[in-house]
Amino acid sequence: MIQLSQDVIQRYHDLIETLGPEALKMMLQEMHTIRAFEERAEQLYMQGKVHGTMHLSIGQEATAVGAANAMQEGDYLLNHHRGHGHCMAWGADPNRMMAEFMGKETGYCRGRGGSMHIADVESNNLGANGIVAGGIPIAVGVGLSIKMRRTSQVCLVIFGDGAANEGAFHEALNMASIWTLPIVFLCENNQYAMSMPVEKAFNIEKISQRAAAYGLPGVTVDGNDVLAVYSAVSQAAARARRGEGATLVEAKTYRYKGHSKSDKQAYRSREEVRYWQENFDPIMRFTNLLLMVGVITETEAAQMRERAVAIIDEAVAFSEASPAPNVADIMDGVYA
Amino acid sequence: MPELRELTYAEALRECMRQLMEEDERVFLIGEDIGVYGGAFGVTAGLIDLFGAERVIDTPISEAGIAGACIGAALTGMRPIGEIQFMDFVTLSMEQLVLQAAKVRFMFGGKASVPMVLRMPGGSGTGAAAQHSESLENWFVHVPGLKVVMPSTPYDAKGLLRASVLDNNPVIFVEHKLLYKTKGHVPEDRYIVPLSQTKVVREGKHLTVVATSIMVVRALQAAEELAKEGIELEVIDPRTLKPLDDAPIIESVKKTGRALVVHEAVEMGGFGGEIVARIAASEAFDYLEAPIRRLAGLDIPIPYNRELEYHAVPQVESIVREARKLVRGEY
Repeated sequence: MIQLSQDVIQRYHDLIETLGPEALKMMLQEMHTIRAFEERAEQLYMQGKVHGTMHLSIGQEATAVGAANAMQEGDYLLNHHRGHGHCMAWGADPNRMMAEFMGKETGYCRGRGGSMHIADVESNNLGANGIVAGGIPIAVGVGLSIKMRRTSQVCLVIFGDGAANEGAFHEALNMASIWTLPIVFLCENNQYAMSMPVEKAFNIEKISQRAAAYGLPGVTVDGNDVLAVYSAVSQAAARARRGEGATLVEAKTYRYKGHSKSDKQAYRSREEVRYWQENFDPIMRFTNLLLMVGVITETEAAQMRERAVAIIDEAVAFSEASPAPNVADIMDGVYA
Repeated sequence: MPELRELTYAEALRECMRQLMEEDERVFLIGEDIGVYGGAFGVTAGLIDLFGAERVIDTPISEAGIAGACIGAALTGMRPIGEIQFMDFVTLSMEQLVLQAAKVRFMFGGKASVPMVLRMPGGSGTGAAAQHSESLENWFVHVPGLKVVMPSTPYDAKGLLRASVLDNNPVIFVEHKLLYKTKGHVPEDRYIVPLSQTKVVREGKHLTVVATSIMVVRALQAAEELAKEGIELEVIDPRTLKPLDDAPIIESVKKTGRALVVHEAVEMGGFGGEIVARIAASEAFDYLEAPIRRLAGLDIPIPYNRELEYHAVPQVESIVREARKLVRGEY
């Protein structure tokens, strides 16, 4: 069990008061549900029930939940290939997510997109992206559209550390800055771009330092601390909503699983993974905090995990009972 | 009878954009130097004075960013018209166009649409050499989810651009630098030339010539020349390359028994191969009296030297020569 210092409790005192017990419990529940979804996803893959690949974000739940909860109804989301958590935290139905993962007609994308492309346009979730940095220039267009339509929406675009080394990142951050666009650029730094460690891919201490080059504020937070992420993204979103423009938020986190199903993880040690799991697990940390401040009891904490598993059990049952897409409809959706 | 109003190809495009922007505030322009400068070829000249910098948006030199900005805006209710200064530079936007714009709708199960148009001038003939003279339209023809439009006249330029902006799909709109100053009848009306409607632009009985963009102009000139010898070319302009309306082409070949496809892009892997294949696989096959031939750009980068550049792509003389051979059976 991770012990939290009184400092941490002190630091979040006001935020805990503001959010209130229900919101805090919901955030912890979401983290559990995401983890249960992904653990089951992996299991389904191992059982040969899933045909494609998947990118698991186990260990990164705090970033997804902290960021999504900092946004408001009507805001936009663009995210990346390791995106189950973001999507679920944005409010997606686990049944339809699991159905998409299993390639069923009842899935969010009618089984055409799969794990890497889940979108729910109705809730302004503009989708996960299989191309590293692919969503970042699109966020500029969303920001531009918000500005031209004069709404108070904000676009949250989430990408990994690897994406910050794509040219598209530089073009997009510059454009967002010169046009003062309402965008939160959230770099989810899980410390490896597939096998490439950030220390080898960057010659700077923090990815958020790059913001300065575009005249944007940049901040780095502990991505395994859900309230730290919530706080940073809330501030960035509020700034964007006030018409003051974009922010680059870097959330430092850690992926427990391999890059995808083929990863033998030769580039890091088991000790390193264990070190993160034992000392920085986001669910354990948030659970401890909520226990210490008396928002939840031990029993409630255990029930949350059980509830998450039940939600996912139901999602799997729904998906298994769902029809596969009809081959006769294969041409659907290419053109509007 | 009043004289028919004439506009240049560039003016026709500009009038179309002005009219669309007047009637629909979701339409905006975005690209490099399209504001005060008026665009590298002057197509957007003066529009910034009418609509302001908020709707005629000058961008940094960021072609991936321009494409992405169009996609994101289109996904969220706007109708952007992007400009890529030279078609060559669209190579810097390819990821956004091919992997995002074209696929978003399908990947999301048909639940999103990307109503954007990306205009770009292609083609050689200006002495701009290998990196400013490309004809890359067939790259896009190969991508499901994109539409590809290539007008050859001022009339079609205006009507096809309007149809493209009103369409709910991403449209690659390929203009030609040498066509910008060509003149033709253009009504002031807000008319549409529907996408995917191939047009027979000159009727003839001896040989079907399928040509795109500036090659339509050259094929028509070649037809004039050959008419003096009693050879009648039927010239066909697909106008929309994808999705392609091939019925008029097949009908024409059934009538003439001969076909020549002419485009500026290099022959290898070019659009002409698709036309040839469609004809060969159709009922027109039984009517063929000669091999189907292509006349296209040489498989080289566009050279700088004026004479080399001229010989790198089909010209009126080469079309005349090739057409004559096909009709006379001298192949």
